Amino acid sequence: MNRIEEKFKTLKEKNKKAFIAYICAGDPSLEQSEKLVYALEEAGSDIIELGIPFSDPLADGPVIQAASIRSLNGGFKIRKFFDLVKKIRQNSNVALAAMVYYSTIFGFGKEEFVKLCEESGIDGLIIPDLPYEEYDEIEEVISKTNLCLIPLIAITSRQRIPMLVKKAKGFIYCVSSLGVTGERKSFDKKVDEFIAEVKKNTDIPACVGFGISKKEDVERFNKTADGVIVGSAIVKNIFESNCDENKLKDFVSSLLS
Amino acid sequence: MQLNKDFGIYGGQYVPETLMNTLIDLENNYKQYCSSDEFKNEYMHYMKQYVGRPSVLYYAESMTKKLNGAKIYLKREDLNHTGAHKINNAIGQALLAKHMGKTKVIAETGAGQHGVATATVAALFGMECEVYMGVEDIERQKLNVFRMELLGAKVIPVSSGTGTLKDATNEAIRTWAARAEDTFYIIGSVVGPHPYPTMVRDFQRIIGDETKKQIIEAEGKLPDKVFACVGGGSNSMGMFYPFIEDKQVELIGVEAAGLGIETGEHAAAFAEGKTGILHGMKSTILQNEDGLIKQVYSISAGLDYPGVGPEHSYLKDIGRVKYISATDKEAIDAFRFLCKYEGIMPAIESSHALAKAIETAPSMDKQSVIVVCLSGRGDKDVHTVAKYLGRKI
Repeated sequence: MNRIEEKFKTLKEKNKKAFIAYICAGDPSLEQSEKLVYALEEAGSDIIELGIPFSDPLADGPVIQAASIRSLNGGFKIRKFFDLVKKIRQNSNVALAAMVYYSTIFGFGKEEFVKLCEESGIDGLIIPDLPYEEYDEIEEVISKTNLCLIPLIAITSRQRIPMLVKKAKGFIYCVSSLGVTGERKSFDKKVDEFIAEVKKNTDIPACVGFGISKKEDVERFNKTADGVIVGSAIVKNIFESNCDENKLKDFVSSLLS
Repeated sequence: MQLNKDFGIYGGQYVPETLMNTLIDLENNYKQYCSSDEFKNEYMHYMKQYVGRPSVLYYAESMTKKLNGAKIYLKREDLNHTGAHKINNAIGQALLAKHMGKTKVIAETGAGQHGVATATVAALFGMECEVYMGVEDIERQKLNVFRMELLGAKVIPVSSGTGTLKDATNEAIRTWAARAEDTFYIIGSVVGPHPYPTMVRDFQRIIGDETKKQIIEAEGKLPDKVFACVGGGSNSMGMFYPFIEDKQVELIGVEAAGLGIETGEHAAAFAEGKTGILHGMKSTILQNEDGLIKQVYSISAGLDYPGVGPEHSYLKDIGRVKYISATDKEAIDAFRFLCKYEGIMPAIESSHALAKAIETAPSMDKQSVIVVCLSGRGDKDVHTVAKYLGRKI
């Protein structure tokens, strides 16, 4: 059992929901990212998702696109990312998932990438451009490790849901809306029905992400799902506060209060 | 039966889960509808009556004399309605969109030719149209931007990333993921997730099918060499595909070498690329050791793309097509050569293929035959050429 699975086990015992926080690694710098991880953990995040910036992030909206560009312009490198993870592991045992495009994994070298994930202390992978049909690309490499490959399931998945949950490990990332990451005015009408459908098909925890930015969103989805993922709203908070850890802690606490 | 989504190790569907049912639906409709007589008749009707096909295969006698070698024929896709080969594919996909009940179309564009073609078919079929275009390309191709607007399309400037074709493609895919219910994404080249590379090739193979028939009528034999330019690679794939089994025909794809491969300022995926993933496909991509997509450069907006269609990667691997590259300078020289000796102004994209044909022809004997795919006309490039030559117009 890895840290993500352990976390959900503990949460279930306490009858609590998961709060998963996303930051873009290297925005504004890798040193700051380390401090932000500790701040997020302290503020009550159960799992932290570290985004690996990519030049062509297909699934991301303007906020995370901009963060990726800031990070890359600041000299982000994959090898430095794993150094960051190793440093975090000296001080923290928080569950860590990497949100990374398959373009990056493949371009860097999948065997080496997965090996470094394991060595450094990453617990799970969320790969937005690797649908079920292309899983065989990486399945063999991952199956030799303890890493969780966390599947994304979309409102449009419909008849695919039973197939998609089959290989899930850790948790399931339910994509709340169509399109890209980022805040939106309202959620799709079918979202609750969709989460119920996913839950019906599996016992693996299902968390909801994309567009969750307010306390009321967190409360709403905690009623149906096993937790929420907040990304763009956190990235925006970090950017607007000029990377003030206290302001970030206040923001996360306000979402959880 | 599903169509094969791979070309050797290339191809695939590397897209967010949100789009998977959309792609499955597209593939099913494509398979059923586009193989029907109803579709084929309608497509051919528009090819003849609207596009003006078949496009002529022109014997460039004056050019041939000047070069004193192989006979050169030009496949005149520049004479198509809207001035390039892009319309063949845009009509095919728009008919499919109509059949699927979609009311809106979106497209990405680099040089603007595919954007103009999509805006044109949207006007023809009464569909709403948005075209995503990088801010850099909007600057380089003002004329085509205005053409699209006159045709009723909305041109959406894309400033993310490098502000060129690859970023416009990202933005179009993002928009499509949000609006696939009523929106059809008309991809302009043999790139993207399956089934696009197959579908676009099938809508463009009319170029090669016609050429084969025409050259046999004119020369009583198949050509010795066929040249076509390669950005994403749709005109070349359309031209090459019907010749794949004719092993005696040498097929040559010409990429953009920009300022020279050695300078790093180029867009020749096969010169320095490795296998990678971009825009939902696995193919040969220009990327760095962290998998980041490299900034590419070419004087021609239509070839300024860091990847190439997956079937091209496959054809290179099996050795069926040879891929070479031409620099900005070689392309401009070829552009001027054709203006001077044939009175034809080619697109800068097509001038890359032309440049290599001009280079090769003199060393071949006079009985041999070269075909060059003149994929588009050069009116849109007049400003770029003037700037290159240091002229103010």
